[in-house]
Amino acid sequence: MSRGFLRQPQARAGLLLSGIALLAALAGPLFAPHGAADFVGAVYGGPAQGAPLGYDYLGRDVLSRLLLGGWSVVWMAFSSAFLALLAGTVLGLVAAYAGGRTDRTLSWSADVLLAFPNLILVLLVVALLGRDPWLIVLTASLAFVPGVLRLVRSLALGVAEQEFVEAAELLGYPRWHVLLREILPNVLTPLLVHFGSMLSWAVTILSGLSFLGYGVAPPAADWGLMINENRAGLQAQPLAVLAPVLMIVLFALGANLLAEAVARSNAGTEQR
Amino acid sequence: MNAPAKLPQLLASPALAVTDLHVTLDNGADIVSGISFELEAGQVLGLVGESGSGKTTLATALLGHVRKGARIAGGAVNIAGHNILGTDEKTLRGLRGKLVAHVAQDPATALNPLHRLGRVLGETLTQHEPSLEAASRRQRIAQVLQDVGLPSDEEFLRRFPHQLSGGQQQRLLLALAFLPRPALIVLDEPTTALDVTTQARILDTIRRLCESYGAAAIYVSHDLAVVYQLANRVIVLYAGRMVESAPVASLFTRPAHPYTKGLLAAIPDIGKASAPRPIPGHAPGPGARSAGCAFAARCEWRAESCGVEPALDEIGAGHRAACGRPEALASGASIRFIDLPPAPPARAPLLEVRNARAWYGERQVLFDAGLSVAPGECLALVGESGSGKTTFARLVAGLGAQGQADIRYGSALLDLQARSRSAEQRREIQYIFQNPYRALNPRQTIRATLRHVLRHVLPGVRDGDQRIAQVLAKVALPSRVLDSYPAELSGGERQRVAIARALLCEPKLLICDEVTSALDVSVQAAIIELLQQLQADGLAILFVTHNLGVVRSMADRVLVLRHGRVVEEGSTDQVLEQPQHPYTRTLVGDSPSIRAFQPY
Repeated sequence: MSRGFLRQPQARAGLLLSGIALLAALAGPLFAPHGAADFVGAVYGGPAQGAPLGYDYLGRDVLSRLLLGGWSVVWMAFSSAFLALLAGTVLGLVAAYAGGRTDRTLSWSADVLLAFPNLILVLLVVALLGRDPWLIVLTASLAFVPGVLRLVRSLALGVAEQEFVEAAELLGYPRWHVLLREILPNVLTPLLVHFGSMLSWAVTILSGLSFLGYGVAPPAADWGLMINENRAGLQAQPLAVLAPVLMIVLFALGANLLAEAVARSNAGTEQR
Repeated sequence: MNAPAKLPQLLASPALAVTDLHVTLDNGADIVSGISFELEAGQVLGLVGESGSGKTTLATALLGHVRKGARIAGGAVNIAGHNILGTDEKTLRGLRGKLVAHVAQDPATALNPLHRLGRVLGETLTQHEPSLEAASRRQRIAQVLQDVGLPSDEEFLRRFPHQLSGGQQQRLLLALAFLPRPALIVLDEPTTALDVTTQARILDTIRRLCESYGAAAIYVSHDLAVVYQLANRVIVLYAGRMVESAPVASLFTRPAHPYTKGLLAAIPDIGKASAPRPIPGHAPGPGARSAGCAFAARCEWRAESCGVEPALDEIGAGHRAACGRPEALASGASIRFIDLPPAPPARAPLLEVRNARAWYGERQVLFDAGLSVAPGECLALVGESGSGKTTFARLVAGLGAQGQADIRYGSALLDLQARSRSAEQRREIQYIFQNPYRALNPRQTIRATLRHVLRHVLPGVRDGDQRIAQVLAKVALPSRVLDSYPAELSGGERQRVAIARALLCEPKLLICDEVTSALDVSVQAAIIELLQQLQADGLAILFVTHNLGVVRSMADRVLVLRHGRVVEEGSTDQVLEQPQHPYTRTLVGDSPSIRAFQPY
């Protein structure tokens, strides 16, 4: 990453926004005044002393649930995006380098998977197999793999035709060396950008899943779940819905801005 | 052509006047400094220097533009009475093209691949002369296309850039530059990527256009032979300063500055069979310049008085040089030529190729070609672009995608794919690519690149770092490049790294694909000298090139390829002095030469 990265407004805004959401999600559990399932106030009670965000549909503290409910979204989003990055990169490199039947098979499978909208694919698996968090993570990453695969494959094809890769072939470097040391470093920047985008998609999908009732099981706290639980009282206690919405927006928007900043700061530094 | 009425100053003032121009890096190091000169309409100025001399920086500064990380620190640039540096970017954008146009080095990347030629030309003209009617617009475009020697019919205008050859693309860029009838045209090595025959035609076109359009032109180049053919005046840049400025005839007959003399001696020329002489050492980069004369460190006339920066003094009619040693300026004896060693006696060939055929898609590009290289021999493979010479070399190297050939190396048959050859064969046959910008992994330091070679090709080696230091010294690179990334090095430095990578393998056969075409003459001479030394140590070289001057100075034998067929083969003297095939005669006749001006 180049030195000009932090000078960009997108980078600073992205860090600030996603930083707030991440801080709430990671450090929040330490500061939550109440437990996620503690009934401590009136149903749909407004902001009060010790409860700046008021109470939810069962009279639980919204602030506490907000601070406790980010962790699940964040770890699941990061894990699914990271797993997809890992698997997609390996498969994409193999497809580009091997070519021929391997390439056709991998690309064809990716196209079939891409035909399913991400959320539908995840819903299908969860409805059939249950709502285990790791299962959700695996399914979400499966939905992301084709995108990474196709990105890495096309980038690697462009790099592989350059002379330094031919030079490595001529010198008889082992194939793993050509893939990991010559080609991979030259596709990393766009991959990093894609990772940021995947993070924000993952947050949206995972929250959507919770909202639809297929994600984290109540009474555990979760931002998506909170929106669903409290939407009936939107007029009486809007904060119970708006606070988790704001957190999801901050995280998704911040990740996206960071991705864009990475793309911009590297646009001028790529080789000719 | 009449000067546009809007610019009455054109007649009163020179087309271009540069006064005390300074360009510095953001950290204060100067890239070019103290540049002052004038240029009349219709004249061509050659701007000559090695890579890193600041010639491209100076050329783009004339357009009011500097690359990122640099700024114009002072001075004035006046084009047809307009002060370019005092004008804000928005006004400047409107003036560029009309006042000053730029022709880039690589035509392939300068044209938008999605726009048809007619649209590109039309938009350029509308941009600068929006009031022009459709009929006269078409006429202007037809006229300029005719002037640059391109067809102007509907079919041609509907083509896309990729449907043109390299020479045609460069002609189109010239047409685009001359279309708005600018007062000044800046050409940044526009013929580097072209073969000699095309280059000769393009140079001729440029000179004619400048005369008929009354435009002044700046021609940036490291190729003195080309500048000699084209320019009226020459400015020699060294380390960002003007060291000599003279009319072309005066510069080539009476070069004054020791650096200019060195440059002239370093040119490989088709007219002389002696080895070109490299200038020892390398030019200092920005910020690394010592006080006083920047060339002193490499100068054989160095004395104490060189500690003071010399002024650019008048030494003849219109001839100025910046050197503090009058006896150096007066000396003509500084250039001596070394005679070539006699050709090695014929031996059993190291490499023998027969029946080489190759296809590019459906099209056959190589027809039953053959060659043989003896140990320690240098064979030049010569031809225009598209003649199949690179395809042939790649086939031998083991990079041929679609081809067949019987390749015998030593006593063994060689597989066509490098991966299927033995590790020993792969190590002994090394390939150096034409384009140094793409031949090194941009994400690895030079040290990492070289260490990978040692690890995979010579796994048992213990004194790796020492060997790396040795090959770097051999290719005249300072050890500081080890921690650089390729993007931080110039094209010449990158090519030298690529050669160092090959030498590290201790090869027996070196296949060089146009390796000197991207290098400065002084570096080119050093590389040729280096390759000759290696050849004397028993290294065989297959040298692919379109530069007959380089062939003359280093090859033992020449093989001429045309349309994928071998049309002539023989010893270098024989082929260049008594070419038999008509095609070879054309090639020899089109090669730029400064022989007429060598006073020795």
